[in-house]
Amino acid sequence: MDLTYTPEQQAFRAEVRAWLEAHVPGEPLEHFDATREGFEAHRAWEKTLKSGDWGMVTWPKEYGGRGLDLIQWLIFEEEYYRAGAPGRVNQNGIFLLGPTLIEFGTHEQKQRFLPKMASGEEIWAQAWSEPMAGSDLAGVRSTCVLEGDEYVLNGHKIWSSRAVFADWAFGLFRTPGTERHKGLSLIFFPLDAPGVTVNPIKKINGHVGFAEIFLENVRVPAFNRLGDEGQGWHICMATAGFERGLMLRSPARYQVAARKLAELWEAHKESADPSLEADVVRAHMNADAYALNIYQTASRLIAGAKIGPEASTNKIFWSELDIHLTQTALSILGPTAELTHEAPDACPVDWIDDYIFALAGPIYAGSNEIQRNIIAERMLGLPR
Amino acid sequence: MDFTLNDEQMMFAETARTLFSDSCTPDHWRKMMEQGVVRDDARWASIVETGLTLVLLPEDAGGIGLSETDFALIAQEAGYVALPEPLVESAGVAMPMLAALAPGHDLLGDPAATIAIAHPLNPFVANADSAAAILLEKDGEAYLATPDQVTLTAQPSIDPFRRLFKVEWSPENAAPLGKADWDLALDRACVFNAAMGLGLAQRAVDMAVDYAKERQQFGKPIGSYQAVKHHLASAQVAIEFAKPVVAAAAAEIGARDVQARARVSHAKLIALEAADKAARASIQVHGAMGYSWEVDVHLFLKRTLALTQAWGTPAYHRARIAARIFTQPMGPDQTFAREAQNA
Ligand SMILES: Cc1cc2nc3c(=O)[nH]c(=O)nc-3n(C[C@H](O)[C@H](O)[C@H](O)COP(=O)(O)OP(=O)(O)OC[C@H]3O[C@@H](n4cnc5c(N)ncnc54)[C@H](O)[C@@H]3O)c2cc1C
Repeated sequence: MDLTYTPEQQAFRAEVRAWLEAHVPGEPLEHFDATREGFEAHRAWEKTLKSGDWGMVTWPKEYGGRGLDLIQWLIFEEEYYRAGAPGRVNQNGIFLLGPTLIEFGTHEQKQRFLPKMASGEEIWAQAWSEPMAGSDLAGVRSTCVLEGDEYVLNGHKIWSSRAVFADWAFGLFRTPGTERHKGLSLIFFPLDAPGVTVNPIKKINGHVGFAEIFLENVRVPAFNRLGDEGQGWHICMATAGFERGLMLRSPARYQVAARKLAELWEAHKESADPSLEADVVRAHMNADAYALNIYQTASRLIAGAKIGPEASTNKIFWSELDIHLTQTALSILGPTAELTHEAPDACPVDWIDDYIFALAGPIYAGSNEIQRNIIAERMLGLPR
Repeated sequence: MDFTLNDEQMMFAETARTLFSDSCTPDHWRKMMEQGVVRDDARWASIVETGLTLVLLPEDAGGIGLSETDFALIAQEAGYVALPEPLVESAGVAMPMLAALAPGHDLLGDPAATIAIAHPLNPFVANADSAAAILLEKDGEAYLATPDQVTLTAQPSIDPFRRLFKVEWSPENAAPLGKADWDLALDRACVFNAAMGLGLAQRAVDMAVDYAKERQQFGKPIGSYQAVKHHLASAQVAIEFAKPVVAAAAAEIGARDVQARARVSHAKLIALEAADKAARASIQVHGAMGYSWEVDVHLFLKRTLALTQAWGTPAYHRARIAARIFTQPMGPDQTFAREAQNA
């Protein structure tokens, strides 16, 4: 146990901080889910990040990364959120598909896809869910048929985040005649390929944040399949472990939010319900516990451990802490809580939007009910 | 930055685990409850023999001079068996305090001796009657007295293995030891009781898991029902997020700043909350069995309840965390920050 940063880690933090201070846009960008312009502004930011070689610091250098370890990644994330830098429009690529490609991809696949992912040149959407395959992902019906050295893809995907504006999707497809977990393959397809139709779906915040995707005889090279045919389920579970266990939600995000909540409390404590201070303290505790848990996980992974079913505890913890934190902010705001950012008297921090966003946390990346099943069955060993 | 334990630490914890699981079984608890005793001399002798009481004592006081991290691991194992003997308060808090005040004191060399501590935050003293001596406080100064130099009034606790006393004493009948570090005593007691809480919590979950695999209703093991699964999964989530806080609190205790104190308080709060959640879930999963004296889950509930309010109430500890929030910088670069660096 040594909970201090080495001089190298401190120097790295200083380097990240200096670069971000010089480059983070002064004005916040329009949300990437709101409009094409907002999306493209975020893509331009990804390009700027890449110019400083900050696209994805943990990846090997040859694939567009810096070859840094997970502690350095955490330091980078801390500085990133501290600086208030724009949201990562390519998060499904860099945080989910990227680590999976590094684990399961061939050298040629990594060369082809990772550098353009790190630079934002190609922005990725995840196309797993289907109308009949939500929590029960093994119920996927979309198909892939190998013809020569091409796959022919058919089917219907839904709830694909950022697919409206993104360039590529990584989808889960079934070899016809197979069932459940067997016979699934993970295959990449361009969202502008002939036969692909993307229909925007509005989220409860009014943004076209997700989409449904129809595939009709879409042809892609067999090169676009990650891992072997039929290995898709195994690969998806590895992706999901990374998603839930480590990368999807940086602790830094909640530490910034806990700081803003403390500031909000100090500004309103004369008029707000005094019992809310306990919730402000609780929000800090939760963010701190989450950060410590992730530092511990990162240390264990560096020492050679693998992510296991305990990743499910993370997903429950961050999604619940986010709702508690943002709901506390709304309680402090009282009657101005309902104002949108367009209202002249709205709080400069868009708490209501953060709260609405937080409500999705227990649903996506595997609902919290499913996570509790996983914990009970795979961590505790209870019968199915 | 390294948040992992070394092999030696894991081995020490393993040794404690084996010792406790052999010598502190449900049969042992029951026999002690029947006899109305809270100390098993044979078990205490083996605890002493294994060196568990020497972990925190400095080498010049005859100890092995290890850290709070090492002792916290032992305390967690003690929690897992709801250890009746006052290992935490005596070897984790009182003995190191005595060693700091009087490194050559005879009691430190007496393997059978336990020392009780009357911390100003606690109205009652645990295990004062069986202690070789009691550390007492007046105006920040420490005094040492034997149980027969003071007046003990028993204050029975709901926890059958915690024997509490009100202690009345006068400085004329006690040996003065000088100014003592009562804050360090508090921080240690909180971290080690938090670690105990982790053990209590995990045992409550494990007992319920074992029961839920066996007990059948509607033709299936009750553990196959989601309502049962989700109770226990939620308790396990609470445990997983208390563990790293306890580990960090133990590792940073020596910093003695507002951040370190807040983390100690945080550890105590959430580890015992996790234990409460786990114990109550466990009782619920056991049904009426869980409500019977015969099934031991209630021991975990009761110890948790006692430790939650002892050594500073939840409100006391929340206030220490609030002090960190409202006097120090907040944010993602502050996780391991120190007060001195921010000054
Ligand atoms: C904001 C957002 C972004 C998303 N982005 C993507 C994306 O980019 N790509 C993608 O592929 N998908 C995405 N999804 C879809 C997401 O993965 C699914 O919503 C999720 O897996 C749940 O599936 P479902 O919506 O069909 O709900 P259902 O599976 O129909 O579940 C409905 C309710 O029933 C409960 N339930 C279902 N089965 C069980 C069970 N066995 N035990 C207990 N309870 C159960 C669920 O917990 C839930 O509360 C996104 C969803 C949201 C909300």
